[in-house]
Amino acid sequence: MALLEVRDLQVSFETPDGTVEAVRGIDFSLQPGEGLAIVGESGSGKSQAMLAMLGLLAENGSASGVARYRGQDLMAMTPPQLNAHRGKDIAMIFQDPMTSLNPYLSIERQMVEVVRHHQGLGRREAQTHAVEMLRAVRIPDPEQRIKQYPHEFSGGMRQRILIAMGLLCEPAILIADEPTTALDVTVQAQIAALVREVVARSGMASILITHDLGVVAGVSDKVMVMYAGQVVEYGTTEQIYHHPQHPYTRGLIASVPRLDQVDDRQLHAIPGNPPNLLDLPQGCSFRERCGAAFEACGAAPELAAAGQGQQVRCHLERDA
Amino acid sequence: MRQQSLLRHAGQRLLGVLPTLLLLITVVFFLMRIAPGGPFDSEKALPPDIQANLEAKYHLDEPLLQQYFRYLGQILVLDFGPSFQYKDWTVNELIAQGFPVSLTIGGFAMLLGFLVGVTVGVLSALRQNTAADYATMGFAMLGVSIPNFVVAPVLILLFAVYAGWLPAGGWDGGWRSAVLPVITLALPVIAYIARLMRGSMIEMLHSNFIRTARAKGLPEWHVILRHALKPALLPVISYMGPATAALITGSVVIERIFAIPGLGSYFVQGALNRDYTLVMGVVIFYGFLIIMLNFIVDMLYSILNPKIRYEER
Repeated sequence: MALLEVRDLQVSFETPDGTVEAVRGIDFSLQPGEGLAIVGESGSGKSQAMLAMLGLLAENGSASGVARYRGQDLMAMTPPQLNAHRGKDIAMIFQDPMTSLNPYLSIERQMVEVVRHHQGLGRREAQTHAVEMLRAVRIPDPEQRIKQYPHEFSGGMRQRILIAMGLLCEPAILIADEPTTALDVTVQAQIAALVREVVARSGMASILITHDLGVVAGVSDKVMVMYAGQVVEYGTTEQIYHHPQHPYTRGLIASVPRLDQVDDRQLHAIPGNPPNLLDLPQGCSFRERCGAAFEACGAAPELAAAGQGQQVRCHLERDA
Repeated sequence: MRQQSLLRHAGQRLLGVLPTLLLLITVVFFLMRIAPGGPFDSEKALPPDIQANLEAKYHLDEPLLQQYFRYLGQILVLDFGPSFQYKDWTVNELIAQGFPVSLTIGGFAMLLGFLVGVTVGVLSALRQNTAADYATMGFAMLGVSIPNFVVAPVLILLFAVYAGWLPAGGWDGGWRSAVLPVITLALPVIAYIARLMRGSMIEMLHSNFIRTARAKGLPEWHVILRHALKPALLPVISYMGPATAALITGSVVIERIFAIPGLGSYFVQGALNRDYTLVMGVVIFYGFLIIMLNFIVDMLYSILNPKIRYEER
């Protein structure tokens, strides 16, 4: 049985301008210890899909579909039932470490409460455990620094703390939502390496949400590429890197700056903008930005097998 | 370390109170003298020698500056002098008599306003945009806008005249005579705090750190009480400083309607009678309370908000 099995997950938001279909039916499954990367640009629905699974959508959002964790449907759970899993079995790290910690509580209180609540540890044991976790993410002098407040830490340090906080209960799944996006470039590499390291060391399954295919390697076994709320390509990291089949995936890979191609002065970008989710065009969502679009693209393509487990949503690329 | 810097800051702030008070005393002293008329003016002019004797008795015949410094000297030993109007009473005695009554009623009103206002505000925020929320906030808007000289007679009619449960006025120091004035004073405070609290609570509930707390699987009450309540209280706390000072120094309207011997009526009477010492005494006392309550609010703020740090200069 898969650790996590998601079927036809849909998320929409009621806004004054109409209904925004942020996620239009995604399916995936995650085996224990497996790493999945969800890749796509802002607004592609990758974060909202994860938030929906954990019952963390904004008030105007609604979700449907099935997300079974060890056979139990998270989507059908009441908030108290969900709380038994959130932070314990499934931990989530958010993209903005500057605002994701409570500025009014010490790091210690924010870490200890998790362990005490989920594992019923006493204050002392919980403190010791929290200090160990901070040490594991290489916060210097954790016994002292745990007494401090979030504003006394840099952005990178705060993200380390959030990672430590997520690992407190040794979750089966770690969801990292663009953990490096809000950080300085020099710190990004450190945090990416830290995520890679903790995932490898603990053997937990991970879902890495990113818009940067460059950080996927080494963390994730599988990659799911999302565009305008849909999966456009799915495959192993190898397949996506070396045999991308969807024109959007190819564009994403071309956008990763490469040190070994120095003569290529210009950064590659995909022209245009993602479609307006309030008013989706007929046919393929990527048609208007796609260099290879032809008549068939007026009809929406299905996600179809493209050999060796790879799946692609494109009229051009599929098994004959 | 943190406690020490907090204490040092408290000391500095307290020293800063003195120039503020001095400025207050100076401005009020000269403003009172600029106002036309004097304490012994009446419809029938006094015989000149009696007038002169009276002025000599109260040192009003001295040059103004001399009077000012004489007054400052008195203040240093906390002597506000004799009242010009209430013969045989010193201002100290009048304050000592009126303030405990005003403090009791105002203090309870503030306490009631805080507890009910915060509770209503939080509940409203948790049921944001439901019928219950709209109804509550509608009432709160009414509470803010209806003046207390309308509320008080209505309450008296309902609970004293028709139901006969409570006295219509007067003050015997017992709880029964305090109920209606306390409620009248508390209603606008409840309404204001409820609106303030609802707004800041809603803001907190949408913040990223609350999402983190939810993602940690903490029970909802824990998220609300431990994570959201403290930051959401900050605007309420800063409102409460000056509001408390206003309430505990007595409301003229409430004291008139309920016939309560509080501090508020002395203030108005003193000003009308040009009772220089009484007005000065009450104003300085009021100013001191406002300054001290703001000081307490500042201290509470820095205890509640770890981001406020007081570094050595």
